[in-house]
Amino acid sequence: MATPRNNTAEFPQVVRTPDRFRNAIGKYRLRRSSACVACGKCAEVCPYGVHKKQLNKMAKPRHYLCVGFCCNKCVEACPEKALSLESNPVTKMIGDYRWTSDLLISTWYMSETGQIPPGDIEYKVGNSGGGFDKLRFNFVKEPCEDPSRDLDMTKFSTRVPLNRLDDGRGDVSIGIPVYGGGMSFGSISLYTMVGRARAWKAWDSFTCTGEGGYPEALYPYDDHVITQIATGLFGVREETIQRVKIVEFKYAQGAKPGLGGHLLGDKVTPEVAKMREAVPGSSLFSPFPFHSVYSVEDHKKHIDWVKEMNPKALVSVKVSTPTDVDMVAVGSYYAGAHIIHLDGSYGGTGAAPDIAKKNIAMPIEYAIVKVHNFLKEEGIRDKITVIASGGCRTAHDVAKAIASGPTVWS
Amino acid sequence: MPKKYHIHTETTPPRFVPVEKGTILDWEGGCLRCFKCVKRKCIFGAYNKRTFDTKQLSDTIDNICRNCLICVQSCPGQVITKVMNPEYERMGNAYWTPDIISRQWYQAETGSIPVSGAGYPGPFSGPGFDDMWTDMSEIVRPTRDGIHGREYINTAVSLGKKLPSLVFDDHGEAILDTPSEIEIPIPIIFGILPFGSLGPDVHLAMSKAAAELDTLIEIPAEAWDKDLEKFKDHMIPVIRSGQVERYRDLISKVKVVEINDSKGCEAIIKTLHKTHPDVILMVRTPLGNNCRERAQKLVEAGAGIIHVFADRDGNVDMEGKIWFVKDVVRKVHDHLVDMGIRDCVTIIASGGIAMAEHVAKAIVCGADAVAVDIPLLLALECRMCLRCERGLSCPVEIQNAHSQWGKTRIMNLIGAWRNQILEVLGAMGLREVRRLRGEVGRAMFFEDLEAQTFGKLFGKRIDSAKEEKQ
Repeated sequence: MATPRNNTAEFPQVVRTPDRFRNAIGKYRLRRSSACVACGKCAEVCPYGVHKKQLNKMAKPRHYLCVGFCCNKCVEACPEKALSLESNPVTKMIGDYRWTSDLLISTWYMSETGQIPPGDIEYKVGNSGGGFDKLRFNFVKEPCEDPSRDLDMTKFSTRVPLNRLDDGRGDVSIGIPVYGGGMSFGSISLYTMVGRARAWKAWDSFTCTGEGGYPEALYPYDDHVITQIATGLFGVREETIQRVKIVEFKYAQGAKPGLGGHLLGDKVTPEVAKMREAVPGSSLFSPFPFHSVYSVEDHKKHIDWVKEMNPKALVSVKVSTPTDVDMVAVGSYYAGAHIIHLDGSYGGTGAAPDIAKKNIAMPIEYAIVKVHNFLKEEGIRDKITVIASGGCRTAHDVAKAIASGPTVWS
Repeated sequence: MPKKYHIHTETTPPRFVPVEKGTILDWEGGCLRCFKCVKRKCIFGAYNKRTFDTKQLSDTIDNICRNCLICVQSCPGQVITKVMNPEYERMGNAYWTPDIISRQWYQAETGSIPVSGAGYPGPFSGPGFDDMWTDMSEIVRPTRDGIHGREYINTAVSLGKKLPSLVFDDHGEAILDTPSEIEIPIPIIFGILPFGSLGPDVHLAMSKAAAELDTLIEIPAEAWDKDLEKFKDHMIPVIRSGQVERYRDLISKVKVVEINDSKGCEAIIKTLHKTHPDVILMVRTPLGNNCRERAQKLVEAGAGIIHVFADRDGNVDMEGKIWFVKDVVRKVHDHLVDMGIRDCVTIIASGGIAMAEHVAKAIVCGADAVAVDIPLLLALECRMCLRCERGLSCPVEIQNAHSQWGKTRIMNLIGAWRNQILEVLGAMGLREVRRLRGEVGRAMFFEDLEAQTFGKLFGKRIDSAKEEKQ
């Protein structure tokens, strides 16, 4: 199948969108002592807009824009020696090994500006010491800061076709090999859901409703929504399955493999309860697994059922990563799935016990390679789309994952 | 179906203000005294619920703060910040990290499973127990409806010697001389505390908890006193091998007795077996050089339980190299399997068992059960400052803790641990912790996965430490 080419012109323009808080957190912090005479010299020399003169005094520095010691221009230029630069001590309180404070801060910066952060901030890898953080690309040519300036963008395409079965169903493709993974109404608010839908539509990609129904506010984005059929069947109706281009069967979630979901009673507001056909204030459990699926044949029955209900939709199967994940993937293919979605253990939800996130099931980095190789040996790698999720943080992670097997990242 | 085992937990606050990870700093000096003070807006009430503990000279604000950083991000004067608490960073050591310590405190207080927010925050893998993952079963498994409605998963293990086969006499009748056995409902016994500002109340608290949990507790024979007499069914007196004669009376009172391994240990086992046929004999032997052969000898001599131990950080010095406890336990287990005698004996492992996952992982590597020690001290608020080892006072006065308070704290901790073991078993679709023993096929090891995944592409993995040297 020929890959339809996209051109960058169809992608959304960057609109600068600052943090809602007054003091966005940055990697560095500047202090201005009382020796400051508000001469405005710092504002003149700073290339990043950290300092600003307001009337006859200096505004509080916008620390998060500061690139730190590699610049240091304002500190050197200050005639009164009133400025001092230091690492922001708050950075020790945010982030962890996987999501380091640098990754968080750089992601915030990219969300605000649409640009790669300047300076020495590490925006590519975390500090987990394994997996994606250990893999490195062997670049023929070092990547440049602004690719659109130096490269002929018409020669690149990030579009990925999702249906490889040639079964007459929708010729669905996405503009970038990334989509917004499942987050249910209830776990997140309607604002967040619609915000996500708008963003992913702009990128000609998808957002997944998770398991919790299909709020009406999402109807305008039908063509960019994946709806989920999970074990609790919350909010699943024939009508919701018929709306979308992709239906996702969720067997398990990487963060709590083999454990099932749990929406705390506090989050079951009247609106959420109505959508899920449940009682407000009561905790909702999604059992593990599908109690009607105990074999590939049972699995096929469910996929057939969805295909019957929506003759155009693609079927995606989301599983977590046991040691035999390769067999699960092949089984899903033979059951008729278009997409196999592997969800690794290191990502996701805050509602999962630490012991599950840390120990149960294999990290996605291994699962991708395992599944990819097995599908290849089986001769069906080109017939199925592999989506991976669970511990993806940066654009570099996406590229690394794709280099090692799958086609799309969630 | 037997009665469902349940560990009763109840919230039991600490007696001292716990050491928190971060601490709020605010410089009153730069305050603008504006009318929209962010301190008033704290949704957790950190600024108005705070109190000052005059005894510890410590402010409780950090215990209320949940690290949302709204105040830091909103203060117009930028006078509030939050930094790492240096006291927290100093706790424990490289193995017993501050995170491990504070998680055990949390579990001892609440009896709940730790849940820390989005994503997994730790390193990809690591040394010790961190280089393995446990499996899950994608589809085929017993039906369970989430944590609260799950069907019965059995965590009981039986301790003691077992016969390898039935023996028949000349008339074809089975000779049923079955050795005694004891079943405990959790694969955890309480070990001897390696340090601590201990007093009679500490032993009492541990004994009460062990009795209520229906498990066993090791106690040095010298520390035995009348108060502990009523817990004798749950006691394992630990006796130095030279002193067996001295404690004959004690041995006849209890169900299990533990002897420190020494040269003549086999002879002692044989004698005790004759004089006290109903008592289960447990031998405490260090992991290290020849521990495989040693375990085999002890089984052949008739020991019912072998307690193998590493140092408190789980390290084992063996054959000129430092190994980790789980890897050596695996070797001992495999050796006994090869000799065809693994099922005749119970193996209890200890040293470096710091979290619930370590119990499951030690069992995967071949132990039947584990002995926990330091986590029990952590349940009693220990900060692992080790001042007690230097003869100094305990900052949380463990020796003064009331035994009832200590008991509920320990019960909470073990209750939370058991629930986590259930999570692991449930994800695998196992309904018996006994079936987890030695099931390395149900685990994934870092070295194996790296070799399978990247080996074909990149060749052999170089030890990262060596790599750095080069």
